[in-house]
Amino acid sequence: MALQSLDIRARSATTTPLSSVRRGVEVAKLIDISKCIGCKACQSACMEWNDLRDAVGENTGSYDNPQNLTESSWTVMRFFETEPQGRLEWLIRKDGCMHCADPGCLKACPAPGAIVQYANGIVDFHQENCIGCGYCVAGCPFDIPRIAKKDSKAYKCTLCSDRVAVGLEPACIKTCPTGALVFGSKEDMIEHGNGRIADLKERGFQNAGLYDPAGVGGTHVMYVLQHADQPGLYALPNDPKISPLVSLWKGISKPIALAALGLAALGAFFHYIRVGPNEITDEDKESHDTTRPDRAQ
Amino acid sequence: MTQPGLIERNSRADRTNHWLVAITFILLALSGLALFHPALFFLTDLFGGGPWTRILHPFIGAVMFASFAALSLRFWRHNVVNRDDRRWLAQWRDVMNNREDRLPEVGRYNGGQKVLFWVMVACLVLLLLTGIVIWRPYFSPAFPITLVRAALLLHAVSAFVLVLGIIVHVYAAIWVKGTMRAMTRGTVTADWARKHHPGWYRHVTGQRQ
Ligand code: HEM
Ligand code: SF4
Repeated sequence: MALQSLDIRARSATTTPLSSVRRGVEVAKLIDISKCIGCKACQSACMEWNDLRDAVGENTGSYDNPQNLTESSWTVMRFFETEPQGRLEWLIRKDGCMHCADPGCLKACPAPGAIVQYANGIVDFHQENCIGCGYCVAGCPFDIPRIAKKDSKAYKCTLCSDRVAVGLEPACIKTCPTGALVFGSKEDMIEHGNGRIADLKERGFQNAGLYDPAGVGGTHVMYVLQHADQPGLYALPNDPKISPLVSLWKGISKPIALAALGLAALGAFFHYIRVGPNEITDEDKESHDTTRPDRAQ
Repeated sequence: MTQPGLIERNSRADRTNHWLVAITFILLALSGLALFHPALFFLTDLFGGGPWTRILHPFIGAVMFASFAALSLRFWRHNVVNRDDRRWLAQWRDVMNNREDRLPEVGRYNGGQKVLFWVMVACLVLLLLTGIVIWRPYFSPAFPITLVRAALLLHAVSAFVLVLGIIVHVYAAIWVKGTMRAMTRGTVTADWARKHHPGWYRHVTGQRQ
């Protein structure tokens, strides 16, 4: 969703600098897992605000519903029953786009302007420029983008860029009844998270911590985890970063490859100019030939 | 029948097959390079925009692979690299400077042509396999993400090698005069054959040494 009121800091498949004169505030959503009761009000609010209706799924014996993110479910609650400290804990994580500072989706995207990152840190897909190649899926370290079957376009959480642009909080934040979801400047959210972490530590969660992974430059969606030493308990990657395969594919190798192709063509041209064509000369002609079949040696 | 002084080099079927490969290659290189680098994204306009480029490319790829497979089944026997070819390749400086008289005798194809043939075979196989792994919406979702990432990288690398190889291939046809007609008309002059492919010339004219 393009909005004039949001400056674009990074744009897919674009090699020149973007508007960078204004310095805005970076925003962030903080998800405090210790406060989440798994009510899914945020899922409903997301569907409502964004006009999304997923197909009715099947009960597979868990509260996960729908089972996974889809083109019309941009956030889902994931439920985990674990015993990390010898007693049962029911961990509930709201999954969705992390709005990485260094977004792998944007890096991989070949279509100019199909993925943008606003100055406030939100990473947004512009479906009107999307070509449906799925490179963003390969680029994302969190398995977030989904290509719709209906239109072959990529979809994911927008962090309600349209609401944020006009000074509102995202729909999920607005609806959360426990205060597990909060939204504000990234700085404030880190501070708020640290307060929560101190509280959790007091209550016996020695490893409580903030999930704001440095491997992707930090994220604009952060978690307060009771067990920050084991992100795997919540099906979060330990140290997410853009895959080296993607970095190699999309990095410096591309301009070098293009230059090499250009040089090969230029080299051929100058070979012709300097050495000249390989022609049949008079000496090569039949009359000069001693190895002709009809003039056996 | 061929006219006097002319020798048939490529049959009507060979030529049709070759140009089918060439046309599909150009379409693939243009549509692939459009997605390869932002500077070339404008090439998508040739195919009706970004989504159409993305949709068409793999289907054209399938056609190219099939036609190249047919072509390589016709030609591979002539492309087995032997000792003379290795010497020919080692003397690339003489090749580049039109000093053909110093080179070992060349048969139907020279060492460079043979190596390029096998490079093309390897690239096409790689492009097909990796192309299927990254082909959306049909096949890609069935593969693990690490494989898809590796396939994207390998597809780009093998496309690069192939395009580089074809630049050499096309230039060689322009550089060595009288070569182009081998694929446009199907025939070459006897002088051309004797100068550039003497071994083949002796073979087709039935001469033994
Ligand atoms: C042999 C069968 C082939 C198949 C099935 C295939 C399939 C694909 C697919 C699915 C993509 C992803 C984007 C898209 O959907 O357009 C792609 C990209 C690409 N293809 Fe192919 N392709 C084939 C042959 C070729 C050939 C012969 C070339 C080179 C002349 C080529 C060059 C490229 C390039 C440069 C890209 C962009 C890669 C990047 O963004 O780094 N492909 N191909
Ligand atoms: S989580 Fe994935 S989709 Fe979201 S910004 Fe990061 S790379 Fe892009």
